[in-house]
Amino acid sequence: MKHEEKNIKAYSQNFTTMTPGPFAKRMRTCVLFQIIRFIVINLKMLVVVSKSH
Amino acid sequence: MEFENEEKYMARLIVLGGGVSGHTAATFAAKWLGSSHEVVVVTPNSKWNWIPSNIWVGVGQMTKEEVTFDLAPVYKKAGITYKQAKALGIHPEGNESSDKPYVVIESTEAGSAGKVENIEYDYLINATGPKLNFGATPGLGEGSNLGEYTVSVCTADHADHAAHELQKCIEKMKKGERQKFLIGTGHGMCTCQGAAFEYIFNIEHELNKAGVRDMADIKWISNESFLGDFGVGGLHMKTMGYAVSSKIFAESLFTERGVEWIIGAHVNKVEKGKAHYELLDGTMGVEEFDFSMLIPPFAGVGLKAINKAGEDITATVFAPNGFMKVDANYAAGAYENWKASDWPSTYQNPTYGNMFACGIAFAPPHPISKPMSSPNGTPINPTPPRTGMPSGIMGKTVAHSVCDRILKGENAPLHEASMANMGAACVASAGKGLFNGTAAAMTIYPVVPDFEKYPGTGRDTDYTFGEIGLAGHWIKHILHHLFIWKAKLKAGWTLIPE
Ligand SMILES: Cc1cc2nc3c(=O)[nH]c(=O)nc-3n(C[C@H](O)[C@H](O)[C@H](O)COP(=O)(O)OP(=O)(O)OC[C@H]3O[C@@H](n4cnc5c(N)ncnc54)[C@H](O)[C@@H]3O)c2cc1C
Repeated sequence: MKHEEKNIKAYSQNFTTMTPGPFAKRMRTCVLFQIIRFIVINLKMLVVVSKSH
Repeated sequence: MEFENEEKYMARLIVLGGGVSGHTAATFAAKWLGSSHEVVVVTPNSKWNWIPSNIWVGVGQMTKEEVTFDLAPVYKKAGITYKQAKALGIHPEGNESSDKPYVVIESTEAGSAGKVENIEYDYLINATGPKLNFGATPGLGEGSNLGEYTVSVCTADHADHAAHELQKCIEKMKKGERQKFLIGTGHGMCTCQGAAFEYIFNIEHELNKAGVRDMADIKWISNESFLGDFGVGGLHMKTMGYAVSSKIFAESLFTERGVEWIIGAHVNKVEKGKAHYELLDGTMGVEEFDFSMLIPPFAGVGLKAINKAGEDITATVFAPNGFMKVDANYAAGAYENWKASDWPSTYQNPTYGNMFACGIAFAPPHPISKPMSSPNGTPINPTPPRTGMPSGIMGKTVAHSVCDRILKGENAPLHEASMANMGAACVASAGKGLFNGTAAAMTIYPVVPDFEKYPGTGRDTDYTFGEIGLAGHWIKHILHHLFIWKAKLKAGWTLIPE
């Protein structure tokens, strides 16, 4: 059994959802990758902010 | 406005409410008007609160002092007249002895509390935000006061109390006692699901850190018809070449973090350790809890409006929910007829042109989420959120309009900022920590879906995105400092966008 999938319960309300694997989870707190995401998200947010003012 | 010498006339703008929207409006107006005109802020609290960080106060990761600061010195620096008071009523036509409009305020300042005063105005901005209507659900509280069975994170004081209650639960779990957590919305007509979403995942994160996660059952209860509705009818985000509904992401996160959910729920009664609810299918249920944070429904703060003859015209100026009527289309009818153009753009009151309402204080034309009710006729659907960024933008826009009318003449065109043309950036914390924290960073464009312009999802998926990670947490933390810096009017404050 893959541990990251253990929270999905057969026939329950969450059976139809997607679940992240270990790689996706690790990347969320991988500092180097997140520094890049930090720049990307900030740029995307700035675009939305500038479109809204 | 009637005055003999336009050059010398000192106009007065009164801003009711010194929260996100009102503080933005007042500080920009004071900057643009300079000392030739007067800006008055009437607000009952002596401190300004960066409300989004109350979530971290509520889990003991920040102190009350870190999310608040004294308003008086800031307003003094800005040349704003500050009245620590709450507005009771508006007299937009003056009274029998004068045509000059005025507001009636009651002091909340130590020493003069209860003292009633009338202040005249040329322009009025109503940014009084919400009344936290705990009293709408029996057992959740009385009027705007929180009851004894649940906690809240809506104010810094509430959040501080919530952190203490949470700590007590953690101590019990450490001693081997299982605890049930119930977080969400406390009524079928609530908004602000995002705050509850942040709180539930911050609690989950803290329980993990404390090593007691396996002793906790954590459950979500909300009035959303699907997880990830957030009061905006959900949103589609572009991921891996697909436009993916926020429902998928929300269900995924809840599953990953081991949080069960009850949705489509109208909490109709709260007792000690129990929340009674009705579901969209009409069934009734009871959920037990040891710790519960349920967001109250919002209403207007209960301002009265009186005409020159002394007659009550509250129903003319305000919608039945107590929010002020503005240039919205309140007659859109069934949701099939809703249009993006129903949403207001100038926030001017239709009856009195020198009165505006912004932030949570304006009456939305209708919800954004699909209206629903149970077979018993109980309405159960989120009401529209007016989050920080739109509230700030509206405040600035309205201030701009008022300043133009004061400086350029009363026919100067009004500035516009419709939520149907405006995006919002939102960062929802899912746990605090410099290297292990996460937050969902999202943008949504526009806030109100425009199905004519963007057929299908109603939004521009090039500018509507979301992702969860540490970067989001860093952004949330930086925003905390940035917005407090801006609100304190420190160097470069005007460069920080709303
Ligand atoms: C826990 C929590 C977390 C949140 N997190 C986020 C987030 O992460 N991002 C985001 O974008 N938004 C967030 N929000 C929403 C955000 O706080 C609101 O959008 C914003 O505060 C609305 O601004 P406002 O000025 O309309 O109301 P408020 O900020 O509530 O200001 C209203 C002001 O009016 C004053 N007032 C009340 N009655 C009177 C009266 N009679 N006379 C005069 N003044 C009066 C109040 O004291 C207050 O100062 C959160 C909300 C909560 C509760």
